[in-house]
Amino acid sequence: MCTGRVDLSFIFHAFRKGADGVIIGGCWPGECHYVTEGNYDALGNLHLARKLLGLVGVDPERIRLEWIAASEGSRFAEVMSDFVSTVDGLGPLGLPGAEDLDRRLEAAERVIPFLKLVEREKLRVPERSEAAYNELFASEEVDRLFRDLVAEKLLTSQILALLRLGPRAAGEIAESLGLSPAEVSAGLGASSRQGLVTYDVERSCYALA
Amino acid sequence: MAACTPRTHEPLFRDTLREGGINQYFFDMANIREHCSWVHSKQAEEATQKAKDIVRMSVARTVGLEPLQEFDLPMTKVALVVGGGLAGMTCALSIANQGFEVHLLERDKELGGMARRLRTTLDGLDVQGFLRDLVRQVYRHPAVHVAHGATITDVSGYVGSFATTVRYEAGLKVIEHGVTVLATGADEHRPTEHLYGEHDRVMTQLELEARLADGDDGVAASSSLVMIQCVGCRTQERTYCARVCCSQAVKNALTLKQRSPDMNVYVLFRDMRTYGYREDAYRKAADRGVVFVRFEQGGEPQVEPQAGGDGLSVSVMDPILGARLLLEADHVVLSAAVVPSAGSQELARLFKVSSNPDGFFQEAHVKLRPVDFAADGVFLCGINHYPKHIPEALSQAHGAAGRAVSLLAQDTVTASGSVCEGREQACVSCGACITACAYGAISFHDTPVGKKAVVNPVLCKGDGLCCAKCPTDAIRLKHFTNEEVLDQIDAALAGP
Repeated sequence: MCTGRVDLSFIFHAFRKGADGVIIGGCWPGECHYVTEGNYDALGNLHLARKLLGLVGVDPERIRLEWIAASEGSRFAEVMSDFVSTVDGLGPLGLPGAEDLDRRLEAAERVIPFLKLVEREKLRVPERSEAAYNELFASEEVDRLFRDLVAEKLLTSQILALLRLGPRAAGEIAESLGLSPAEVSAGLGASSRQGLVTYDVERSCYALA
Repeated sequence: MAACTPRTHEPLFRDTLREGGINQYFFDMANIREHCSWVHSKQAEEATQKAKDIVRMSVARTVGLEPLQEFDLPMTKVALVVGGGLAGMTCALSIANQGFEVHLLERDKELGGMARRLRTTLDGLDVQGFLRDLVRQVYRHPAVHVAHGATITDVSGYVGSFATTVRYEAGLKVIEHGVTVLATGADEHRPTEHLYGEHDRVMTQLELEARLADGDDGVAASSSLVMIQCVGCRTQERTYCARVCCSQAVKNALTLKQRSPDMNVYVLFRDMRTYGYREDAYRKAADRGVVFVRFEQGGEPQVEPQAGGDGLSVSVMDPILGARLLLEADHVVLSAAVVPSAGSQELARLFKVSSNPDGFFQEAHVKLRPVDFAADGVFLCGINHYPKHIPEALSQAHGAAGRAVSLLAQDTVTASGSVCEGREQACVSCGACITACAYGAISFHDTPVGKKAVVNPVLCKGDGLCCAKCPTDAIRLKHFTNEEVLDQIDAALAGP
């Protein structure tokens, strides 16, 4: 099993189960014992996870990827201590308002399959190098992609997560998600067109289709 | 099992299970040694808590374990040895003497590799005599087939049944073999510094050795000769130590002192690494009057043409004296680094084996699998691994032959059951897994409902990259399934 095997869903699952931080340790770039160099895939996943965490209001510093060789015991200890102090500084995740956090993380978890498709179609990194990965994910183009494609999907996912708890009026949804009525209205419109939610005229609220 | 290291003990317990008639993949080992007791020996209480966490995670994973089937692959009882230097020939002969066919590929027109340029060892043994004898044995052995002028153009297959396409003097052929040994050697770095190639009295240690052996008295008649160590290595660009050049310099210095006891021989060094009993030769050289002068990185010697003479002037900062020494030299000899041979990266790509950042081949584990590559059925020996003295290369060649024969002696090889499998119903034919797989183990096959990804378990190495790319969980890595990992995460975070 390679660092690149660490699925985005593992990361979000850990946060949902109460982890305050997630650290992934990988082999140094260029030192793959195989030919796969999956540590670059792990780097790509790190960037995706950070962006997605940011969209659901979790500090992206709560996830870290570090290159640590099997022989670097003291470096491992230093990295772990450093990460623990970072996470300590950020404090426990999701308090107060833990219930809301779980719903946001659940929504994020549900867009992971879509995110993987976006990665495949739109986020091809030109070469296997740290610089190339870091450059691509820092680019305005990727930010726009996240705004245009992923954020919309995430909004839908958040709305659905909320409606799973029971029907809600548009205003309530906006309030729960901390969004403007216009944003929620756009999200609900898209979800209705896709047949994911329906509008209950009698009770004037939205429900899962 | 919560106990000692899985690295050595897991196979043992798996064997025991198998002997007892239980599928070995029902086994999991909580590594409370390396992952806990060894690193937290001074924090007994917390370590015990952590050990409990580790055991709980292991138990959680065990719940989901499934019995897995391993594969028996047929073994083609033929070896391919790439590289016809001392290591390659020794390895090929060792395999052939144990009763197996060997194809030995040499890039040059002649066998011998780097050894053709070495005349004696530090102990005074005759390298050329040894080489001639070895070459004769290789040519006379009925089971060793030599191809000269050979380059590999394509490699397919896997342990037990490789098919390698070779272009050689007589044309093109495909060799079917069960195991591969890479003994591709290394090159002497061609210096760009110290007037090498510009001044005819600047040469490398190998060139000096050849001139001394061929009776070129011009060098031996010098009144002063300066050797410079670590040329082209232990630098920013090439950080490693080339290991053999210190002994090489001492060997040549001793020969010079023997021929011309009055000659001034200087060795400018950063650290002398005449390791093991070679230290005796270093002392002997010092006793015979060879002057060793240390220099530090940043204070490299400067070589200039001698003003008004045919020789050279070498100036070097001596950190002990705290002064710059000026040496007049009739000849300057550079201990040039050993560098990976041209084409070794291409070979690494073809055989899917790894190299270290310096470009030398990298073994699967420095202690536990020292002559194996991580890729099954591919082994290494000689100086393609790192610079070595002849006895070290020969020992390693026998080691690689032993590992190769341990596979050749079997009728089948067993491939791991921990490989990926596709789930057709869930596959959406996006092809992400196919792109992710460096081993070409996944391909589409046509079904009535469209193309679906299927895994060839024989090629799969179980790295699981494909799983992390699949948007629909349509591909699963057996023995490390999503469910098993998620259960472990749950257990880790559940607390005591």
